[in-house]
Amino acid sequence: MHSRRQFLFRSVVSLPATWVAAHWPAALAAAQHARNSAQSGAPPKFEFFTPEQATEVEAIAARIIPTDETPGAREAGVIFFIDRVLATFASDMRHVYLEGIAEVQAKTREMFPGVEQFSKATPEQQDEVLPSIENKTVTTDRPFSPRPRKPDFFETLRQHTIAGFLIDPDAGRAGNRDGLGWKLIGREREHAFQPPFSEYDKGYPGWQPAGKDAKS
Amino acid sequence: MRPDSVKYKTSDEIDFVIIGSGAAGGVLAKELSTNGFQVVVLEQGPYLTEADFVHDEVKVFQENLLTNHPELQPNTFRKTPEEKAVPQRAVAYGRCVGGTSVHFTANYWRFHEIDFTERSQVGPVAGTGLADWPITYGDLEPYYTKVEWEVGVSGLGGASPFDPPRAKPYPMPPLPVKSCGVLFERGARKLGWHPFPAPLAILSQPRAGRSACIHCGFCYGFGCEVGAKSSSLASVIPLAERTGRCEIRPNSYVHRIEMDSTGRATGVVYFDEKKNTHLQKAKGVIVCANGAETPRLLLLSASKRFPNGLANSSGFVGKYLMFNSNARSVGLFENPLNDYKGFAASRVLHDFYELDPQKVGFYGGGALDGRFDYTPYFFALTGLPSDTPRWGKHFKKALGHNFTRTMEIHCTGTSLPVETNSFSLDPDVKDAWGLPALRMTYKDHPDDIKLVTWLTRHALDILDAAGAVKRWSRPIAEQQFSVHLLGTCRMGNDPKTSVINPDHRTHDVKNLFLCDGSSLVTSGRGQPTMTIQALAYRAADRITALARRGDLRS
Repeated sequence: MHSRRQFLFRSVVSLPATWVAAHWPAALAAAQHARNSAQSGAPPKFEFFTPEQATEVEAIAARIIPTDETPGAREAGVIFFIDRVLATFASDMRHVYLEGIAEVQAKTREMFPGVEQFSKATPEQQDEVLPSIENKTVTTDRPFSPRPRKPDFFETLRQHTIAGFLIDPDAGRAGNRDGLGWKLIGREREHAFQPPFSEYDKGYPGWQPAGKDAKS
Repeated sequence: MRPDSVKYKTSDEIDFVIIGSGAAGGVLAKELSTNGFQVVVLEQGPYLTEADFVHDEVKVFQENLLTNHPELQPNTFRKTPEEKAVPQRAVAYGRCVGGTSVHFTANYWRFHEIDFTERSQVGPVAGTGLADWPITYGDLEPYYTKVEWEVGVSGLGGASPFDPPRAKPYPMPPLPVKSCGVLFERGARKLGWHPFPAPLAILSQPRAGRSACIHCGFCYGFGCEVGAKSSSLASVIPLAERTGRCEIRPNSYVHRIEMDSTGRATGVVYFDEKKNTHLQKAKGVIVCANGAETPRLLLLSASKRFPNGLANSSGFVGKYLMFNSNARSVGLFENPLNDYKGFAASRVLHDFYELDPQKVGFYGGGALDGRFDYTPYFFALTGLPSDTPRWGKHFKKALGHNFTRTMEIHCTGTSLPVETNSFSLDPDVKDAWGLPALRMTYKDHPDDIKLVTWLTRHALDILDAAGAVKRWSRPIAEQQFSVHLLGTCRMGNDPKTSVINPDHRTHDVKNLFLCDGSSLVTSGRGQPTMTIQALAYRAADRITALARRGDLRS
């Protein structure tokens, strides 16, 4: 669970020795767990989805964050994150997915007769289907703020896909496999940093009262 | 490591029972136990420790690891009293030992003199109950200093020309500047304004056995795994427990204050983790449950003698709710800022703290800070320009480009006290314990909206002056949700227009005290927790003096 702590130890400059000592056993155990998971190699089994449902949902997630010159939702294992989400804290959202999969399949057949499943459509066709189930009036807001009152399949899946792509790869959740999401956005995988943080604060001379160059 | 703390029996008539272990409750527990009193702190939530503070956005934000749970404790919301409230999450607050201070942003500037005397200085504001405080900045100054030194605040005294007077410097230098701070400072100075290092309740140096900030990047919303954030949990609660006179009792949900026939509080009734009911007896009751749950508890404690709720002879329990108006402007820069590294804000500006209503056409004032407080997930949901597609290859491209190149200017300001803005008990909706749900009624005063609209124009000017390649403001809308819960049991000298007196004693019940965001008479300009803690230190002195001279007995 706390495998991120192994990263803390790479830069312990500001950690007091007492803190390190107090957290050593947990950190060692967590690091070991992370290594075991990474080395096991066996593909995780789905806890909620059938293979067919997973294929459909993964195909939609792969249009939300597509694979191009860089990896997308598919390579980051987003489908396994979503499966875990529906098996655990968002089990009340299962019906949203099951109804949504049926809806997107019906739309696919309607728009492209002969194509029975969304995942069987070409990427271009898929990009034509999705706007028909997208509710553009849904807004998202700050942390903790209320969730939309009526769960919407595409928006729910969109948010789950993004979470599965960008969650801390060391948080112990399926998702953001190999830290691919963080690589895309440029977020280093460490959890402890020291200045300078970028070109902008490099060489900052320290705070000075407003000088003559500032208008009074 | 937690010390083995004292355990009291519920039948022991201890000196004080404190409801809530957050910013105010933690300070009162520490002060009163240090002063020799027996104290039990009843906290709704669990006793989490640093090892529980993971960087897991699902656990923290979706599963509400640290906060009130919207399904177990539903809220309802409406804009005006004429409407029927609908179920909707209206508040978020810390629900664990340490309360909201565990996950807050930790902006810790003091209120200014004007916040205490504004009514006298600007006159009445139509449609509001704007009032002066019965105490002044001078009364609170020693306690602000105490917060800075004891709880742990980093900053640079005298850096802002608008700062009120202070007796001592900060105990620690400011935290390192972030790139958003450098750009904010550059832009603001070009415009002739006065940015200064943000005072933060985060340690810039190791102190009192706690680590300095390691700039992990999971700050706002998260608990600090190295104890650098100066929560009550990291700072004052260990001191309280070390006195051997203070018991912190987690998973204890207080829902009634017990009274005797003489009108004196005798203790409080609470549910334990298994929903069993207990009565903790005490000589004095201090409610620090936050600006939502404190008035709710008083209303839940209605009785024959107090039909409108306990300590509510004024009728103002739950009323004059204030949030702090706020808005955000966003800037995109050419090169990476990497502002995900570290805490939220490193530079603040108080040039607009006191605006002249005659000149600007509205009441109020505010502060700006340069910040970045997004985790990757929330950035993808809300940090991109509104003209960016919400999915697909262009979404992915913008996400990849913007995350490291974005900063924001957060504008925070006054909220006017409007009587109909309030917390009350919902007549229909119940929580998981069968108690009436919290109902919020709120509609921003038009001046609050005008103020933040005005502030965002100045924020955009700063972003332009700093060289942003693109900048925009997030839409300003009437608020329906808040984490700043202020003014709902306001302090005053007149029992007809206020709930507590300047000693934090309720006008109606001699041994019942309230201290938290509900005590505030005005909202300040955006960052209330520093003032809530200064009030708590002062309240502890007042309550100690009253108890020592036997003034809590009726």
